[in-house]
Formats: sequence, structure tokens, C-alpha cells
Amino acid sequence: MSNVRVLVGTRKGAFILTSDGKREHWDVSGPHFIGWELYHVKGSPVDPNRLYAAQSTSWFGQMIQRSNDGGKTWEPVGNKFTYDGVPGTHQHYDGTLRPWEFKRVWHLEPSLTDADTVYAGVEDAAIFRSTDAGQTWQELPGLRGHGSGPRWAPGAGGMCLHTVLQDPKEPGRIFIAISAAGVFRTDDAGKTWQPINRGLRSQHIPDPEADVGHCVHRIAMHPSRPHTLFMQKHWDVMRSDNAGDSWQEISGNLPTDFGFVIDVHAHEPETIYVVPIKSDSEHVPPDGKLRVYRSRTGGHEWEALTKGLPQKDCYVNVLRDAMAVDSLDSCGVYFGTTGGQVYASANAGDSWAPIVRDLPGVLSVEVQTLPG
Amino acid sequence: MIRVLLPAPLRTLAQVGSEVALEVKVPATQRSVLDALEARYPMLRGTIRDHVTQQRRPFLRFFACEEDLSHESPDAPLPDAVVSGAEPFVVIGAIAGGLGEG
Repeated sequence: MSNVRVLVGTRKGAFILTSDGKREHWDVSGPHFIGWELYHVKGSPVDPNRLYAAQSTSWFGQMIQRSNDGGKTWEPVGNKFTYDGVPGTHQHYDGTLRPWEFKRVWHLEPSLTDADTVYAGVEDAAIFRSTDAGQTWQELPGLRGHGSGPRWAPGAGGMCLHTVLQDPKEPGRIFIAISAAGVFRTDDAGKTWQPINRGLRSQHIPDPEADVGHCVHRIAMHPSRPHTLFMQKHWDVMRSDNAGDSWQEISGNLPTDFGFVIDVHAHEPETIYVVPIKSDSEHVPPDGKLRVYRSRTGGHEWEALTKGLPQKDCYVNVLRDAMAVDSLDSCGVYFGTTGGQVYASANAGDSWAPIVRDLPGVLSVEVQTLPG
Repeated sequence: MIRVLLPAPLRTLAQVGSEVALEVKVPATQRSVLDALEARYPMLRGTIRDHVTQQRRPFLRFFACEEDLSHESPDAPLPDAVVSGAEPFVVIGAIAGGLGEG
């Protein structure tokens, strides 16, 4: 029987939750790196025992930790993230121009083909790559040098590159998302990038349909259909069926189309999940009810999944990197909250139970399905 | 030997006790002490001062002999009591600082 390992990054450390394929009983290890913010922890698909973790505080800056034994032991590796050349400028909150300044790593995305290669999405927005297991990092400067940088601006969390998706069928194709710039795609392994935001509409920029400037919160893909992308934007849930060349809204009957997370069922490419949040000024579930919404039709038609989730007096948020799925049958779905709960569903969302209730605020959730 | 006191998170990171002793060439300065510290404990690079600018990270302070040396030149000689080891060079986290928006 397969096992499941859930990697949880929180405001005050990392936690590793493990279970067998039944996903009924869980062991909790941690906190790892107590006191530090763990924006993201993720394992290599090539070597599942190779984990990378982004550890930071405002006092001591950024660290990257690496494990070769599934998180039992860790070692610090390279933490030098230097922009290529002279940093240009981007918009600040007030519309003035500010030079790029490295603040932290938001997201680590290990390569699909090499355990020693890993991408880092950082704030201020840029993408870095390491090919020596995290010892050294080099920027892929074509993204920041695309030319639209002066029109990028920070979202509420900062100007972060928070999502990196690799196309498993077309080597060299990578999608990234930035708040608030939008989605970009490279087809040549990061040398050149193009914005792919046609169809997005955002009221917070002077031209609501501009090619950049959109606050994309998260994008997701099913590996069997990498041309189809799903997006949770600041407002609006969107999909693209042409690798991002154009987008259509699929918010349908959602109670609100604001939110942060979006993910895809492991075996059903048209089954997707979001967690609606009331609004951009009220980052809480509508009506105090924590509800995951599932669409089995690739959007437009959504059903509320509530069994096992609090349906009164619940005012947590679910942040953009805090949902993941396993690849067991039936598909497991997991998400973490700013209130420190990690909920799991072993039946594709039909019912939920907390694995843990009282962790620090959850920043990220990743899942590994491991051979038994 | 110059004694350096580190804040708890950096002790954990470097796997050392609260105090480390460093051999530093004279004249000892903030820069030479931090150079020696980072040479002995490479995992501390970037945690006390910026990798590129070598500026002190904004939420850290340097104290010694009951004085705040944070705004002294990094190349200014350290007090004799620090150089002799009678007093430690203290790296301390500011009381402010903390969480981002996530």
C-alpha cells in the first residue's frame, strides 16, 4: 500500500504529516526550523526523499534547507539570490518606481527530470534556478528583462513570484505567475518569456485588459493536459485551453470568485477545487462557513463541499500555496488554513477531517504519494 | 580571542552554543569579526549582513561594552575590552520585526 507525506510550511516552522494509504491515522513530525517562516517545502518528483525548504525571517533573511532523507535531517544550502545585472524598477504601491530588491523565496519547484535542479520564485518577482541541489542560484533574467517590469506592482503580500508549473510534455515550457503582474510562459527553458494574460480583466489597473499588471493568485494544471490551465485571480476564476494564449471566466455559481488556492483532481482533469473567500478587503470565508467548492465540469458549475468543515464562526483564510492533492485512488485533497488547521479528504472532497488543528498559520501544503 | 554572542536562531543554524570565540587579526573591526565568523560558519552568510552590500541587516543590532555599535563604521576599531576578550561582541535581534503578510 502506498504512503502519503504532507509537507506543511507555517509561520513558525515546518511540519511533516505522514499516513498510510487509508489516510485515517497521521503521524506529525516537527516543528522543523521553529521560529522561522517556512513559505514552502516541496519534494523532488525524481527522488521523493530530496526535499527543499524556503526558510526566512525579517531578522535573518533567507535560508534554503535541503533534506536527502525525506525530512528527517536537513542541511542549509545556498542562500545568495543576486539579480542578474543592474536591477531595473517596478511600481511601488503608490505608483512610484522602486528598484528590485530581494526579500524572500516564496516557492520552490523541483525539476521533473533532475533531483539537483530546482526553481525558486522570489519576491521581488524573479525566477532563479539551481542545478547543484540548491548550493548556488542563478536568475533566469529574461523574465524580469521582458520589458514590462516597470508596470509590475506588489499585491498585498508583496511583489512575489509564487507559482512555477513545468509542462511535462514539452521540455522547456514553464509557466509562472506573479502578483501583481500576471502569468508568463517560456518555451525555451527560461531564456525568453511572454505575458499570457489575454482575457483577464482587473479593475485595479488603469487599463483593465492590459497585457500585464493582473493580480493572479494561483494557477494549476493537470499533468495529462498541460495546455489547460486553471487560475484563481484576485477576483475571477479562469481557464485557458491553449497554454495561456487566452483565458475565459469559469466562476459560474461560486458564492464569490475571490480566493487564493486552486487545484486539480489527480485523475480527473476537469475536476477542480477552489476555496472562495469573501472579498479582497475581507479575507475570510463567506458567512463564517469554510467551504471547498468543486467543479466536475472544468468550471461554471460548482458544488459546495462542507462535510467535516466548520460551518459557523469560521474566519480563517486559505493562502495560495496551501492546497495540494495526492495521487491515490480515490484522490486525496488537502489544504491548510491561517488558523493552523490542515484538513484532508480521502474521497476527493466528499468529506473532510482535520489532520492537525493547532499549528501556526499555514503558508503552504504539498503532498507526496510514496510507494509502500 | 574575540567572543561573539549570537541570537538563538543563529546558534541553531550554526549548531553552536551562545558564544563563539574567534581569532581575529588586529586591528579588529566589525568587518573583520564578521568575516571571521562567516569563514568559520558559512551557513551564517547573508543572515547578519547582506551578501552583496555587506550592510547590516536592518533588524539586527551590534552591542558591546554597554554601547550600541550598530551605526559605527564597519571598519572602526572595536573597543579594547572586546579585542582582549573581556567583553563580548553581541549580535542581537531588534525587538521589532517579524511577520510579513504571507
